Amino acid sequence: MPAKVLTITSGKGGVGKTTASANLAAALAAEGKKVVCIDADIGLRNLDLILGLENRIVYDLVDVVEGRCRVRQAMIRHKQLPTLFLIPAAQTRDKTSVSPSDMIRLCSELREGHDWILIDSPAGIERGFRNAVAPSDIVLVVTNPEVSAVRDADRIIGLIEAEEKGPPRLMINRLNPEMVRRGEMLSPRDVLELLAIDLVGIVPEDEYVVMASNRGIPVALDPKNHAGQAFRNIARRLQGHPVPFMDLDRKDGFLGRLSRMLGGKA
Amino acid sequence: MAPDIRIKGIRDGLLITVGDGEWPRAQTALFDQMQQRASFIHGARITLDVGNHILHAAELGKLRDTLSEMGVNLQIVLSNSPITETTAQSLGLGTRLSKPHPERIARPLDTNVREGEPGILVHRTLRSGYKLEYPGHVTIVGDVNPGAEVVASGSILVWGRLRGVVHAGAEGNEEAFVCALALSPTQLRIAGQIAIPPQHTGTPKPEIAFLRDGQVIAEPWDVKR
Repeated sequence: MPAKVLTITSGKGGVGKTTASANLAAALAAEGKKVVCIDADIGLRNLDLILGLENRIVYDLVDVVEGRCRVRQAMIRHKQLPTLFLIPAAQTRDKTSVSPSDMIRLCSELREGHDWILIDSPAGIERGFRNAVAPSDIVLVVTNPEVSAVRDADRIIGLIEAEEKGPPRLMINRLNPEMVRRGEMLSPRDVLELLAIDLVGIVPEDEYVVMASNRGIPVALDPKNHAGQAFRNIARRLQGHPVPFMDLDRKDGFLGRLSRMLGGKA
Repeated sequence: MAPDIRIKGIRDGLLITVGDGEWPRAQTALFDQMQQRASFIHGARITLDVGNHILHAAELGKLRDTLSEMGVNLQIVLSNSPITETTAQSLGLGTRLSKPHPERIARPLDTNVREGEPGILVHRTLRSGYKLEYPGHVTIVGDVNPGAEVVASGSILVWGRLRGVVHAGAEGNEEAFVCALALSPTQLRIAGQIAIPPQHTGTPKPEIAFLRDGQVIAEPWDVKR
């Protein structure tokens, strides 16, 4: 079966697109799926860092598009996951070096022989976004439970619908259940009421995600981490498997109780 | 002078009115008129208003037969005379115009129906960054999200949550209104007035906003208004 193209986008920067791309790619590859990640954020490449592959880059996306190398040469294999590949972004060029039709051509070449092609979209609504969305079969919109991120997600959903790629799926990243309980953070319900698209998963806020990203080992590979579990669940749901949503509240309460038992510094 | 004969179309066919005067002359005039319009009246259902003429069975029977020979079908005889009515009934003819069925009459709606004003129906949610401008009334089936904008020269009706910016009566129409199932716009303008509604708390209710004495007023959207 030819690969499905999943584009991860958000409109706003800094909500966790690249983290989500790396983790979903890792979760899919950990299941044995053949995955290619394309970093479409030309000029501001990051995905190679999060996947821990920076020092292996020889060719990049622009080299492929401009014919300086074959696609195979630009695909970097992941250290632990032999079915995960990355096509990194160019750092010294800008978004206009690639066109939407280049991306469609590249993806149609990659579809055979792979299961998933993940495209990490740059922030914004301009050329880079259109490059990332052009070849996609499924668009995943990442947002944080904050008014500015939700507003931009709403805008991007409108643009995705206008490109006739909709309706996209939604991932809420960095949810803090304690803040939601105190009424200091938008709840998933508030976000869904406004955006009115299908929710594919909620990733709780977790310091460990940042630590793992800095180390270049996606948190989805940590079997004990809850944020990692959330990413693995999303990867399952994207493949069409029904996975019940985690009860973030109860987990928090349990951890709180546990830490009280262990040292009383909840 | 020959009695007056008038032919006009009614719901059930043709109504022929025979003016006063001696019946034989009136009858001759009637036949003449009908002969002249034979092609027009052929096959028609006839209601004959004989006014004050008093007709007995022989006369009315002859009349019916003659009309039948002319290719028309006499169905009803209207008369001011009870004798004529009785005669007609004895010949199996109707004596009253059938009343129209009440349910078939279009009941005029009890509103100000203004025909000919342009309007559009938008069957989608307007998301952030979307601007809809229209020279007329706008009905949106869906939400207007924050960051979206609707500008209409007429009124704006939102069958959903209104949270963006709306401007009704944008070309100065102070009669324009804005209504929504949940009216909590970022900013609401009607004609030249701008209002920033207070933050809504609790369950949103359908509301309507309009201008009264140059002020934007929002009230519960009540059909009985």
